[in-house]
Amino acid sequence: MADCDSEEIAVIGNTDLTAAELENNKNNTMAEAGTTLLRRMEISVAEAEKRTGKNAVNMQETYTVYLIETRPIDAAAESQNPTPDSLWRRYSEFELLRNYLLVTYPFIVVPPLPEKRAEFVWHKLSADNMDPDFVERRRAGLENFLLRVASHPILSNDKIFHHFLAEEQGWKEAVFETGFQAKADSRLKALNATFRVKNPDKRFTELKHYSDELQSVTSQLLRVRARVADRLYGVYKVHGNYGRVFSEWSAIEKEMGDGLQSAGHHMDAYATSVDDILEEEEHYADQLKEYLFYAEALRAVCRKHELMQYELETAAQDLASKKQQREELATGTIRTFSLKGMTSKLFGQETPEQREAKLSVLEEQIAEGEELVKEKNAECEEYVKNAWVDIERFKEQKDRDLKEALISYAIMQISVCKKGIQVWTNAKECFSKM
Amino acid sequence: MSGITADPTISCTPAQEIPADLSGQMLELDEDDDLEVFSKDTTLTDGSFFNASMPTSPASMINQYKFEEEADDKDIFITVDNPESHVTAIETFITYRVLTKTTRSEFDSCEYEVRRRYQDFLWLKGRLEDGHPTLIVHPLPEKFVMKGMVERFNDDFIETRRKALHKFLNRIADHPILSCSEDFKVFLTAQAWELTSHKKQGPGFLSRMGETVRAVAATVRGVKNRPEEFTAIQEYVDTFSQKITSLDKVTQRILKEQKEYLDELKEYGPVYTLWSGSEEELVEPLKGVASCIERCCREKEEQISHLSETLVPSLHEYVLCAETLKSVLRRRDNIQAEYEAKNDMLANKKADREVEYKDLGFVFGSFLGKNPEEAKQQRQQRLDGEIEELKEEIDKLEDKVECANNALKVDWARWQKNMRGDIRGAFLSTAEKNIDYYEKCLAVWESFLLSQKSEHSVEGTREQQAAKDARPQDT
Repeated sequence: MADCDSEEIAVIGNTDLTAAELENNKNNTMAEAGTTLLRRMEISVAEAEKRTGKNAVNMQETYTVYLIETRPIDAAAESQNPTPDSLWRRYSEFELLRNYLLVTYPFIVVPPLPEKRAEFVWHKLSADNMDPDFVERRRAGLENFLLRVASHPILSNDKIFHHFLAEEQGWKEAVFETGFQAKADSRLKALNATFRVKNPDKRFTELKHYSDELQSVTSQLLRVRARVADRLYGVYKVHGNYGRVFSEWSAIEKEMGDGLQSAGHHMDAYATSVDDILEEEEHYADQLKEYLFYAEALRAVCRKHELMQYELETAAQDLASKKQQREELATGTIRTFSLKGMTSKLFGQETPEQREAKLSVLEEQIAEGEELVKEKNAECEEYVKNAWVDIERFKEQKDRDLKEALISYAIMQISVCKKGIQVWTNAKECFSKM
Repeated sequence: MSGITADPTISCTPAQEIPADLSGQMLELDEDDDLEVFSKDTTLTDGSFFNASMPTSPASMINQYKFEEEADDKDIFITVDNPESHVTAIETFITYRVLTKTTRSEFDSCEYEVRRRYQDFLWLKGRLEDGHPTLIVHPLPEKFVMKGMVERFNDDFIETRRKALHKFLNRIADHPILSCSEDFKVFLTAQAWELTSHKKQGPGFLSRMGETVRAVAATVRGVKNRPEEFTAIQEYVDTFSQKITSLDKVTQRILKEQKEYLDELKEYGPVYTLWSGSEEELVEPLKGVASCIERCCREKEEQISHLSETLVPSLHEYVLCAETLKSVLRRRDNIQAEYEAKNDMLANKKADREVEYKDLGFVFGSFLGKNPEEAKQQRQQRLDGEIEELKEEIDKLEDKVECANNALKVDWARWQKNMRGDIRGAFLSTAEKNIDYYEKCLAVWESFLLSQKSEHSVEGTREQQAAKDARPQDT
């Protein structure tokens, strides 16, 4: 999650939250400073609720909605503590918001949403979307998404985003009215560009490789971590059997009985301690997951560049070929093959008037072409400039966040070790009394 | 064994039966034996056989289960090591070197080195049990290979067996009665051919068969008036056997889980290293985490080794002990059953003697042409003789029962102390190793944190730490 440099930590949402949730919010909402929405407003995703309703094909479905609460910071600072504004949104609406942002700001590395379905689970966690733990982690992930957007220098000013936070009704219509869907590039078009672009900016090519590597390594890490967690669970839980057997054995022992019995209690404590340990580790996994999904966002920015570059190249190529044609027409030499050329060879030369007409059409087209190329060039440059600003911002954010995540992982391991020392020291004490 | 060397008038007899006149002296032997103190307490508070007012010298405060410690008055040291493979036309087997160093007077020399194979140990155990049916002889490692092993003679198996054989001999050496056994001495000192010839001596096949038959018959008959305390021991042993078997299984399971955890952990660290290859700023922390995980893997390996070398064999030993205990109790019951049977026979004979057989005798007598009065007298004399014989036998058996019971009672207390010590020691050692494992891992992660903190994000980590500290602790 983002680090906090400035003093203005806009964080705590609803005061009715439990300590754990508050803590989670604090972790999630350490955001960047700057002239962002977050400076003026507190945002949180406070609750999740199940709803049932009819879906698009008129079938009953159960889904979860999330409560978004917002409150202007100044009000909270003056400790007026007014009730926050709130509205309910479901996951699909978040998705819609994000798609809109992706299309509208293609040069920005748009923050990802939490995963749609639970992946990288270790055996104890269920892969069920309705599972309360999953819902809770998704709630935290959605909050993190909103805070990321709200702290982004550009995204946080978007009207649709403000609308998303402010009014429940009519938002969907407003989004569709922007016509963003029409602006979306087709997948096919993008893929085509990727293969055919000749001269993409080297930095973007490198970035694309990096995003591939990032995606591959984080998903591998998440998989292995889940397996390690699974095994650790097994180790701890089996110790619980010592508790049971020690207790039964202590019944027949005179001198050893007390020691055995109390050692057994500590073994039980050891076995149950793993639940908290692994729950904490899930936060770490969530941090990794965010960057797994960020890799996809990075790639999207690269793809857009490739597409624009390709369109520029195509326009330039068109222009060049038109100029070529003009030259041929002017000098009378035919260097390039054209059907017109062939037919005129077969069926006779064209008249000077016809040639004049063609030439003037060509000149027009060339003029248009040059305009187009200039335009595309400018677009490309603009895009590259803006994208690179955001990419630098993203890189710094990523380095900060991941470093912090690794440090907090180390802190977690330290806490696990300390707990282990505690339990076994207690057990040792009991054993020595046997 | 200061008791023995200090009192040369008492000799160790490899008694099949303990003669009545010596049994009292044997009990004295136990009283004088200072070595039966296993805890660091100077008072014996568990109501054992020993006199609580017995002077306990510092020399006697020895942890019996630490065989490697040089006890002040321990006068025999045995090691089992150096396994060697022997291949003959018929079979392949392993011999172990048995090295004995002793100052005991009954040994001609003070150092002996012999080679023994598992069969020899089995023979020794059998002889000791035959000679002392109600003493608790420490178990031998199992004869056959457990499931999951490919070769009979892989290194781990041999090493585990060697350790168990070492413990077996040392436990016998520490036993006040068993260590006096002639068979034990021969085992430790004789050359191969001497041992073979000695093995051939002893009760012949037929007499052993006879004993076995009697034992089986006694088992079938069952014991009628088992003293309460032995019933209590039986109940204890039944439960103990269950619990120790469970613990053995649980511990094996933990070992398995730990190994599987280690396997996954070994794949985990390298992914961080792989990642560091794509990064710039994050190279140091990523490599740091990878290295931490690697070091934790090494600590985990040590922890696993310790578990399999200490706790697992100890618990397994006591699973075997439980079976030994059951056999000992059975043998005690049989001895009592034999005595009871003879008593019943006596009662029958006496009843026979009283029965009015006048009519019968007259009838038989007249058939055989004898005087009925004469026949009656002959019969009476015969019965009297038989009754006398029976009475003698019963006296002997009564002594046998008493000796057996006393021997068992004493050895039972001894066994319990040993068991407590062994089990406590094994679990203590395991707990210590676990603490050590966590402490080492803690140090590894803390030094990583230190290396990171010395860089920029001091603010961040402090906040993080404060956040962590503020989190409610629920363990």
